Amino acid sequence: MIILFFLSSGLFLGWSLGANDAANIFGTAVGTRMLRFKTTAIVASIFVILGAVIQGAGANHTLGKLGNVSTIAAAFTVALSAALTVYWMTRMSLPVSTSQAIVGAIIGWNLYTSNPTDINVLIKIVSTWISGPIMGGIFAVLLYMLVKLVLKKTHIHLLYKDSYIRISLLVVGAFGAYSLGANNIANVMGVFTGAINLPTIDLGIIQFDSTQQLFLVGGIAIAIGIITYSKHVMETVGNTLMPLTPDAAIVVVLSQALVLFIFSSQGLSTAIQSIGLPAIPLVPVSSSQVVIGSIIGIGIYKGGKEIKYNILGSISLGWIATPLVAGVMAFFMLFFVNNVFKQDVGGNRTLVAKVDNQTIDTIEPQDTTVSIQSIIPQINPNQSEQTNAESSYFTSSILFWLTIVILMVLVTILLILFFNLRLKDRYKLKQIEVLEKKYHIKIDQLEKSLDEKIQLQDNLGKELKFRQSEMVTMAISIIHKNEFLDNLKNEVVKIKTGTSDQEIRLRLNKLSLMITQDLSIDRDREKFQMHINEQNSNFIHLLERSFPTMTDNEKRLASMLRLNLSSKEIASILNISPKSVEMNRYRLRKKLKVDPKINLSDFIRDF
Amino acid sequence: MSLLFKNVKQLIFDIDEFIDTVEQGVLVFKEGVVNYINGEHASFADKIVTIDKLEATADKLQRKIDDEFYRHSILPQNASDIEEMLDKLDELIDISKDNLYQFEDELPFIPKELKSEFIRLTEISTESALAVFPASRSFFRQPLKVKEMLSKVYFYEKETDKIARNIKRRLFHDMKDLDLSQKMHLRYFTLHIETVSDKAESLADLLSILALKMSI
Repeated sequence: MIILFFLSSGLFLGWSLGANDAANIFGTAVGTRMLRFKTTAIVASIFVILGAVIQGAGANHTLGKLGNVSTIAAAFTVALSAALTVYWMTRMSLPVSTSQAIVGAIIGWNLYTSNPTDINVLIKIVSTWISGPIMGGIFAVLLYMLVKLVLKKTHIHLLYKDSYIRISLLVVGAFGAYSLGANNIANVMGVFTGAINLPTIDLGIIQFDSTQQLFLVGGIAIAIGIITYSKHVMETVGNTLMPLTPDAAIVVVLSQALVLFIFSSQGLSTAIQSIGLPAIPLVPVSSSQVVIGSIIGIGIYKGGKEIKYNILGSISLGWIATPLVAGVMAFFMLFFVNNVFKQDVGGNRTLVAKVDNQTIDTIEPQDTTVSIQSIIPQINPNQSEQTNAESSYFTSSILFWLTIVILMVLVTILLILFFNLRLKDRYKLKQIEVLEKKYHIKIDQLEKSLDEKIQLQDNLGKELKFRQSEMVTMAISIIHKNEFLDNLKNEVVKIKTGTSDQEIRLRLNKLSLMITQDLSIDRDREKFQMHINEQNSNFIHLLERSFPTMTDNEKRLASMLRLNLSSKEIASILNISPKSVEMNRYRLRKKLKVDPKINLSDFIRDF
Repeated sequence: MSLLFKNVKQLIFDIDEFIDTVEQGVLVFKEGVVNYINGEHASFADKIVTIDKLEATADKLQRKIDDEFYRHSILPQNASDIEEMLDKLDELIDISKDNLYQFEDELPFIPKELKSEFIRLTEISTESALAVFPASRSFFRQPLKVKEMLSKVYFYEKETDKIARNIKRRLFHDMKDLDLSQKMHLRYFTLHIETVSDKAESLADLLSILALKMSI
């Protein structure tokens, strides 16, 4: 249970990674309705766990080289500070990456525990942050060219293409999820692998060592993030960067998956080494930044007009800000965990804790040296190390008093808050009396304003009815006018055939022409349609919100049905055949999912 | 979720059958008008029955295709465009059927001097419609080729306009023996036949826009 408690920060980090990064893999597929969320969530969850368990060790090894967090309390604190950084920066709408947050937090741990940071490893990691998006861009361009070439050369039917794209989105998404699990599990569980050692589970064919068990738990946390929250992320920020077509989405997801796979595959790295090339650094990279790199790659290939170059600035800001914030937060949190909660956080701080326990009440600093020598004789054999112990004792004393001061400050703040609250209570009592008086006056005013509002609503209702009847009248008048003009024209033709006077015939011809011209002009119809759109703007807005896939024609038809116009009348107004109106009604009924027993016009009026 | 390939095959078959049905409808219209002008009443009556059946089949197929699109959420980004295209195709057979019925109901008198002109008008107007069907089929397989296939539609539509204008000019300028009512009646029938090429042009416009959209 205690392990689970300490793992909670890593699990939270995994949950947020699943919730955020699944949108990079399946966001476009779900957003364009090519795949259902349920299907994508199941596939992504399975493959992210497989990737984590099978191939998660590579990137984790490099993180371990950067700083091997050796105690569970330190691992908890490091993961928590990374998780809080990600959460806080996301809330502040700042560009953030889990990979960069965890690296920053580990460096924070290194600094606090005086553990040396391997600059070579750090350079290797930072170089992948830059090369990851660049590689994503290169892969995206190459794949995009390949897809375009294939589509140009093969004449696949549009419907087969649709099916192939759906299957490809699912397969490529599964590969993307696998790579995400393989590459990013180190961010979630990496810091715990040095601190927790679980017994190996032997299932006969497969054996799960401690790291794999931890990665399985982390993978499940990511999967829960995908299932519970990624839909929300896909719907809200899915297309913020750039709306992608499904075939472009395949390219972007595949290039992202390839980059993450390359930076996490031990086998590939070994294979490259075997042919004399340098090994691939196995490092967790940000999937979001690789996706951005891929999209920018496609954008440049298309001519570079649609690219939002400020995104590059935000990525660079993320490279600096995220590790910095996570590092500072980790440093201060470790300080509290170490000194306030008296938890072992590893490194040099372990020694300080032991010295504190045994010699905190000792009389002389010299005795401490003796004490340290007696505790760890094999590692303190000479004078220079005695000096180290003295300085450790000195540091621990400062930290002890610093903790006391902080606690006192905290207590003082709490007391001030307490008295402040009491004062506020008294003040509030007085205020309540004054408010009660004001409240009664306000009630009177509100009653009056309510009466006015009711009156206003009545008037608006009347006006609405008037406007609706005005539109119906207008529609009917268009129909009547057209019928009347038709009859009038027939009468003119009749009179013309009955008369022999050439002048009268000429005048009647002119009259007939004028009538025909008026019949064909659609100004009234346009005016009527404009009126309908204006009058039903709220209704249309409501329809858009409830049924976002409705087309303009469907909205217009719904507005006309709301006016209780028949199919023939609508056909006359829109200048289309009644059969087309019937077909459009049929489609609208399907789109609105109206029960066959319910009248469509009734449904729309009651909407 | 993705359609099974078997269902995709069936849907492609339905779309092809729908286009074939509409194409047959236009051909029947052409033959029907020629039969009427040549006074072949039995053949004309036969064409009316045929086009009626073809129009019913086209309607049935259109609803079936529509249902499949909705049920399986096929081509979600282009579904409404494709439905609009199918609507416009359906309008071609609708207008052909309505025109043939108008010949049957109103029995227009066509003078001998104009018979060949009316036959030519019908042939060229239907040619325009017949040229749009290969483009409609190509839209599903090679959208980039659609545009070049539409040039015939525009050409025949313009030719139809010229012939129609010629008929109207001859009616009102040269044929003094005809009553104005007869002239007006024939003018409307010229318009009816012209409408087929107009509808074909409207479908061609839509197809070229859709092809452009697909190529982006």
